[in-house]
Amino acid sequence: MIVERPRDLRIKKIAAHGFMLGFLVLILFPFFMIVSISFREGNFATGALWPENPTLEHWYLAFGLDYTRADGTVVSPPYPVLLWMWNSIKIGLIASAGVLALSTISAYAFSRIRIRGKQGMLDGLFLIQMFPTTLALVAIFAIFDALGEVSPTLGINSHAALILVYLSQITLHIWTIKGYFDSVDTALDKAAEIDGATPWQTFRYIFLPLAVPIMAVVFVLSFIGVINDYPIASVLIRSEDKMTLAVGSRLYLNEFKYLWGDFAAAAILSGLPITVVFLIAQRYLVSGLSDGAVKG
Amino acid sequence: MTIADAGPAPLESPGARRPWARLAVVAVIGLAMLYGAFFLYQIAQPLFGAILLAVATGFVVIFGANRFYGARFIFPGVAAVLVFIAFPVAYTIWLGFTNYSSFNLLSYERTIEVLTSRGTVDPATEQPFAVAPDGDGYRIWLPESELLSEPVTLAAEEEAVTLAPGTAPLELLSPRDAIKLRAGLQSLTLTTPDEIDLRNAGLRTFASVTPDYVRTGESELTRSADGLKLTANHETGFFETPEGEAVPPGWRVAVGFDNFERILESKGVRGPMLSIFAWTFAFAALSVLGVFTVGLTLAVILQWEHLRFKTLYRILLILPYAVPGFISILVFRGLFNQNFGEINMILEALFGLRPDWFTDGNLARVMILFVNIWLGYPYMMLLAMGFLQAVPQDHKKAAALEGASSLRVFFTITLPQIIPPFLPLLIAAFAFNFNNLVLILLLTRGGPDIPGTVIPAGETDILASFTYRLAFQDSGQQFGLAGAITLLIFLVVAAISYANFVAMRRAAQKRSGR
Repeated sequence: MIVERPRDLRIKKIAAHGFMLGFLVLILFPFFMIVSISFREGNFATGALWPENPTLEHWYLAFGLDYTRADGTVVSPPYPVLLWMWNSIKIGLIASAGVLALSTISAYAFSRIRIRGKQGMLDGLFLIQMFPTTLALVAIFAIFDALGEVSPTLGINSHAALILVYLSQITLHIWTIKGYFDSVDTALDKAAEIDGATPWQTFRYIFLPLAVPIMAVVFVLSFIGVINDYPIASVLIRSEDKMTLAVGSRLYLNEFKYLWGDFAAAAILSGLPITVVFLIAQRYLVSGLSDGAVKG
Repeated sequence: MTIADAGPAPLESPGARRPWARLAVVAVIGLAMLYGAFFLYQIAQPLFGAILLAVATGFVVIFGANRFYGARFIFPGVAAVLVFIAFPVAYTIWLGFTNYSSFNLLSYERTIEVLTSRGTVDPATEQPFAVAPDGDGYRIWLPESELLSEPVTLAAEEEAVTLAPGTAPLELLSPRDAIKLRAGLQSLTLTTPDEIDLRNAGLRTFASVTPDYVRTGESELTRSADGLKLTANHETGFFETPEGEAVPPGWRVAVGFDNFERILESKGVRGPMLSIFAWTFAFAALSVLGVFTVGLTLAVILQWEHLRFKTLYRILLILPYAVPGFISILVFRGLFNQNFGEINMILEALFGLRPDWFTDGNLARVMILFVNIWLGYPYMMLLAMGFLQAVPQDHKKAAALEGASSLRVFFTITLPQIIPPFLPLLIAAFAFNFNNLVLILLLTRGGPDIPGTVIPAGETDILASFTYRLAFQDSGQQFGLAGAITLLIFLVVAAISYANFVAMRRAAQKRSGR
């Protein structure tokens, strides 16, 4: 560590880089493969790992365009990928906005408002946040099945129902934002109080502007959480035109209709934007994650 | 949110200057919710009505009275947690004590409606019909017997009119427009000149329909065919013949601990349950161990001062975390495919192997663990890098000066220092994987199936995916049984959750004590 002989150090360096490169090849293999498959002919093609006759067929189909093969046959897109993307983005944005509004105000309340029974509520919140909504799927199905008889816009196969269920994500995020608010110096609210600000004004004019970075983190996290959900959407959404990406994508790899090549292109098309957003946000995400988790 | 609506007045408490305005807004919203609750109660959804009533009461009290000012900030979050999490959880548990399933799907009233609306069509009288517009209403034209009805409204209320011989109307609705009037047609009775009642028997025909069951008492139906009396059995949720034979469909009733008895006593259920239970724990534990080991190893290497290209390595290493999980899992599903998958292609070329990733239970489990570690190590790596930075350098230096090897320094100095803050996160990861539905559903759907079970159960099913299959796939929507198993999962999760709570407290105390 402190005194290292140059020869040993050199061997160690080579070993470290060798390990890293080997590991990376293993880890990144699926990414190389999926790109290659998306340009490969047909949906079952076995043989070369590098496409021999690269074709844009799968990409045309992913963008919802008809593709004319060399022999004149026209292939139509099997599934509406762009529509699914739009559904996912729409639901993700609305649900995340709701989650953000609810969890920010609650986090402020739990961090700053003096109210009886707060510690009890906090402990309850901490225990309840471990129960994932997916566990209550049977009840969620029964509830929205019944609500559908009141109004179809709130029933099975409606985006509104899905958004309502996703609001249940708030528990985790209340925790994250509260961790952030707890680290804000109490001198700030004292000063505001002396100047005659009400708790609402302290929240609106002091805490909210301070919380913008952590709110961005929570928004991205919540958005990704919604996009990645499969179980809830698969239970609540029935028709193909209302599906989210996660539910729809699975149709590609059905045993009876196996569209490996089409899936590859659709997967890259839909995965890339989310991946880029995540990579940009990741530096902030991680500090938010560990802060929120550790600050009890 | 209402609080946000309450006032643009910048430097004044909302409502302090205009208390009446605030009270009016609160009253209007409260009344609207109250009306909604009443409406829900009227259409036979008393449970939802009660929930809305509770929310309305809480809202009016907290936003109406000044002494609850502080509670206004907590109300939205607490209400959301209660309605969106606590209520579904409680409702799931309640469903575990009912026979809710595809056989007992409806309410009691709906069951009677369904049974009494069933009829046997007399084929001799079945004939096509057409709808003719007539002023504000319609007339029904039966071309085969050349009968035309009196005017009808087709407003979906019970209507009974007579038919008389007539001539074909000049104008007839197209079949498509006639189908739009289906609700009205279905509640229409036409009486022919020879006193036979005809009812809508299909999309395009009217016929004499004899109802199969007639309601003859509060909880009694009579079967038209043989005059047999069926009585409602509220224990089983079915109408039953005197011999006790059930007539489907049934309705939902509470069945006490029946579902739990099935889990504990039926061999065909208990056997697979035990193996699924064991695998769920093994899966969660091995996943956490795997991601922790891989993540920590990579973090240690990345922290090494002599390593170059750290940033590049870091970005590439977290790629699996950045790609949406459902896409990665589906990609692996394709790559591992036994017949056309690229992984088997490479393995065959290199070693002549073609492992049965999806039909051999043990290999399927290996595959699941591999994919899960691939998905999860970057998160652990990022966390570990943060915690490693917090370990004081001088401890390590001192140990190294004493002649300790780097491995020894790691295990005796570094690891003991990062485990306590890491523990709550590891427990949370365990709980997450314990219910990692997305992975199992998208990768294997629980398959391959365990042979010889009463209900479909797979070798790679975890408890959560098992209940998902019971409720929503191939086995007849056994919501009640699924609810009962979910209660068992809740108990486990509650225990993990409590363990996490204790670990978190300890970590917090340690930090503040330092």
